[in-house]
Amino acid sequence: MRVLANQRFLTLAILAVVIAVLPFVFPSSYYFRVASLVWVSALAAVGLNILMGQAGQVSLGHAAFFGIGAYAVAIGPAHLGIPSWAALLIGALLSAVLAYLVGRPILRLKGHYLAIATLGLGVLVALVITTESSWTGGPDGMPVERLTLFGWRVSGSSTWYWVTGGLLLVGTWIALNLDETPTGRAFRALHDSEVAAQVVGVDVARFKLQAFVIAAVYASLAGSALAFMNGFINPDQAGFLHSVELVTMVVLGGLGSVLGSIVGAAVLITLPQALTVFQEYEHLLLGLIIIVAMIFMRNGIVPSLSSLLVRKARS
Amino acid sequence: MNAKANLKTLLAASVMAFGVSQGALAQGTIKIGSVLSVTGPSSFLGEPEDKTLKLYVDKINAAGGVNGKKIELVIYDDGGDANKARTFATRLLEDDEVIAMVGGTTTGSTMAMIPVFEEAKVPFISLAGAIEVVDPVRKFVFKTPHTDKMACEKIFEDLKKRNLTKIGMISGTDGFGASMRAQCVKVAPNYGMQILTDETYGPRDSDMTAQLTKIKNTAGVQAVVNPGFGQGPAIVTRNYAQLGMNAIPFYQSHGVASKSFIELAGAAAEGVRLPAAALLVGDKLPDSDPQKKVVTEYKQAYEGATKQPVSTFGGHAYDGLFILVEAMKRANSTDPQKIRDEIEKTKGFVGTGGIVNMTGTDHLGLDLSAFRMLEIKGGDWNLAASGS
Repeated sequence: MRVLANQRFLTLAILAVVIAVLPFVFPSSYYFRVASLVWVSALAAVGLNILMGQAGQVSLGHAAFFGIGAYAVAIGPAHLGIPSWAALLIGALLSAVLAYLVGRPILRLKGHYLAIATLGLGVLVALVITTESSWTGGPDGMPVERLTLFGWRVSGSSTWYWVTGGLLLVGTWIALNLDETPTGRAFRALHDSEVAAQVVGVDVARFKLQAFVIAAVYASLAGSALAFMNGFINPDQAGFLHSVELVTMVVLGGLGSVLGSIVGAAVLITLPQALTVFQEYEHLLLGLIIIVAMIFMRNGIVPSLSSLLVRKARS
Repeated sequence: MNAKANLKTLLAASVMAFGVSQGALAQGTIKIGSVLSVTGPSSFLGEPEDKTLKLYVDKINAAGGVNGKKIELVIYDDGGDANKARTFATRLLEDDEVIAMVGGTTTGSTMAMIPVFEEAKVPFISLAGAIEVVDPVRKFVFKTPHTDKMACEKIFEDLKKRNLTKIGMISGTDGFGASMRAQCVKVAPNYGMQILTDETYGPRDSDMTAQLTKIKNTAGVQAVVNPGFGQGPAIVTRNYAQLGMNAIPFYQSHGVASKSFIELAGAAAEGVRLPAAALLVGDKLPDSDPQKKVVTEYKQAYEGATKQPVSTFGGHAYDGLFILVEAMKRANSTDPQKIRDEIEKTKGFVGTGGIVNMTGTDHLGLDLSAFRMLEIKGGDWNLAASGS
């Protein structure tokens, strides 16, 4: 137990140090922007990892919650006169309620059926956002009012770097701790074998639903943060491709590893930026790198590399 | 997982992430940036824009550059993703330190990038269609393509000449279609137009006969207008012919102004009218037309270099680039603020899209004469006879 607690602390400490040190090596605020995007995506990925990595359930419609969070902070202040910070909480609440209501029936499904059901949810939410143009601005998107907290207007790349970095740190801390609670252990039991979990008295339906709701809230908060940061939002963020991107982050980084989700997000966000020098071959190379990574590091980047290092250390 | 593993991975990740090498700054060049949707769903817009910019920057440099300096063009592909576009906009300004930008293929990506350029006070000439790019006017944002509002007005003007006032509409729900539909509904009363029925279809729908049947069965519809782009309008046109509705005049928008529309719609496209730039009918313009020289030269240069038929979208990039180049020449400076002021003073610029006269309150500078009413005949664009 002591070792586990240490490892948890270590992951968190490394993340904190990285967040604190990076600004010293950044030459321009463009790097702050890219890093902030990594932290935001990582927050959503860490949440999704609770559902996919810990509880072993698939969601192919997770961008729906990301979109709800983003549009909540766009629509709330613009159409309903709700302050931005309240809209953020309402968005998270809405996501949680929707995840709960929809999760109840669809989490009874397994494997492919669950994937299809969550996919359907994602498509539906994206469709509503695209079509209800009087509320959402339609396919061209809508502007988002800047976040104001106690008279402090949160704007600028470096400010958002710290805000999103802080959010990710808190999110990671909760996810790491969750792993060691009875709920987290129930999730893992679910992951390993649903039947076995049921036999030892785990309320399978309830815990699946919990994981789904938690993951939805993470995505919603990440969506709100991105919307505030960009000052602009469009339906792409709620779309299917974004859902796939989030799943890729979790799988690429390493299913079940909190650090893996963050690394996965960092790779998927920064790689396209680094590959722009190859111009036309950018997408080709991006695909190739992901394929190669998945072939040679089948468990994901972080678990594969760490087991490799452990083996090397022993020999 | 042990401590070492954690640390090493993170280090590796961060090196990978931020080890992006920066190209050495070439001395004595003018850096112009561009973010285009060269790939993705809007690639049919972004690709000709990309090719046009590269082609003409090479030509300008071969001829000695601007004010004795060569232009260095930095193009990033946003893949149609507005969030990526914004990141690249930041990169252009912070990392590449461009002094102006010609780009922004879609309205979505343009709108996402506007705050970045406004904040940095660097001129941004957008290639996106919707009117909200320049309305309200923003100090550093300009655009070259005609607006959807102008397209509606041009269509209604033509309808009025033909004494047709009761129309049916069928619009795509994509960004372009939705925006133009809203503009048409807004300006219809100014032309005494009555919209009897207003249908929509999804951008990926493969059959629109249901909506068209409804329009067909609406008593009194004298003409049908179809705002949309991509493959949707081609399917609508085919369905229109299949339902035998050819007797009712049919109007498309400038969103279909590329040869591929005629190819996709085939014989069904015969008799369809649409407002479009002079570029499509360059060789059919009378010699007295001021745009004739510009559009035929652009067409020859583009088709010669790319072996692909010219489209109005690449023309927008041509216009944007040359409005910028001429402004830089007049300003005789690389100060973004001075260039902005000169762009705003653009007068009588003859482009592929029309004759541009910008003012402090008009950052587009085109009027309705920039649009020509075309009719598809014999599988090609033709100038429509007015008043027929």
